[in-house]
Amino acid sequence: MDIIETVFVRNNLVVAFAVVGVVMWVSYFLADKLTAGRIHGSAIAIALGLLAAYWGGTVSGGSRGVADVTLLGGIGLMGGGMMRDFAIVATAFGVHISELKKAGIAGVISIFAGVIVSFVVGASVAVMFGYTDPTAITTIGAGAVTYIVGPVTGEAIGASDAVITLSVAAGLVKSILVMIGTPLIAKRIGLDNPQSAMVFGGLMGTTSGVAAGLAATDPKLVPYGAMTATFYTGLGCLLGPSVLYFIVSAMF
Amino acid sequence: MIVYGVALLSVCLVLGMLFGEVLGVVLNVEANVGGVGIAMLFLVFASNSDKFKALTEGVSGTGIKFWSAMYIPIVVAMAARQNVAAATEGGLLALSAGVAAVIVSFALVPVLSNIGKGDSPAPDTSEEQEAG
Repeated sequence: MDIIETVFVRNNLVVAFAVVGVVMWVSYFLADKLTAGRIHGSAIAIALGLLAAYWGGTVSGGSRGVADVTLLGGIGLMGGGMMRDFAIVATAFGVHISELKKAGIAGVISIFAGVIVSFVVGASVAVMFGYTDPTAITTIGAGAVTYIVGPVTGEAIGASDAVITLSVAAGLVKSILVMIGTPLIAKRIGLDNPQSAMVFGGLMGTTSGVAAGLAATDPKLVPYGAMTATFYTGLGCLLGPSVLYFIVSAMF
Repeated sequence: MIVYGVALLSVCLVLGMLFGEVLGVVLNVEANVGGVGIAMLFLVFASNSDKFKALTEGVSGTGIKFWSAMYIPIVVAMAARQNVAAATEGGLLALSAGVAAVIVSFALVPVLSNIGKGDSPAPDTSEEQEAG
């Protein structure tokens, strides 16, 4: 047992490649045999990943899903921010400038609309649950933007730890729902071309959610959605503790 | 050389991240503002330009295509390291806020996708009412 652990831990990234490879194979097999290709193999793989993350988090009590399980620590590196961003940027290879220009304005508008709409929705839910303190309302609203904007805003305006934790949870729910929901809803919202993908990325904004959601829908759309989504968190961090907080303070 | 493509990709990412970080400092925000998006723009320009042909065509290009193809497996690993347990422990408030934000945002995709296509200002006003 010790020997296995030593080898697995020492080569954790390589172990991760092998494990993810097996998960991909199983997922594509299931997609093909059970759903006759109706559900994308990558959608199944992502869902399995989330299930594994839930299991990992419950077993280890950590915050990094399956990556907190000793033998699978390499998943943390493989699925971490650095590798994710590296692979996202690589998907831009071969994208035509003309496609980006076509959706340019709609893309920019969607980023602003996305941050504001998610904030308003999150803040309204907080009010409905009985919060009257502008700091708490703003922080929970910011959490509905993304799980990064929530704590950044909360810490800047002095929200309590409990409220910040709630805002992170709201952001996580959003991110996970985008991962799972996007392939299911894609057709109905016209998500099948570069322009709508850019708008989608700007509106949803959660980089992880958009990255996984589009991968499970149509990998060709990934670069367009990812490009706008990466500006979203920055804008949220800019507006959350400033303009949006001032507006909420004036109202409550 | 395959590493030329990988190196180009890496340089794009690092430069983009630096820009994003500087943008964050300029705007006084505790976050990297669009670093990945800026890096993607660099790569788009490089792959559409003749000057970088030596780094983007033939074997060099496969160095970038490999990482592009690794995207989905990396996203699966990313899904597996999300804090799903915390999301389920957030209770009804977190669940409602997250779900509602996603539903409203989904609904806005077809509305905003029409901007620029018919250049009608109509979607603009409905979006602002939503925001107010």
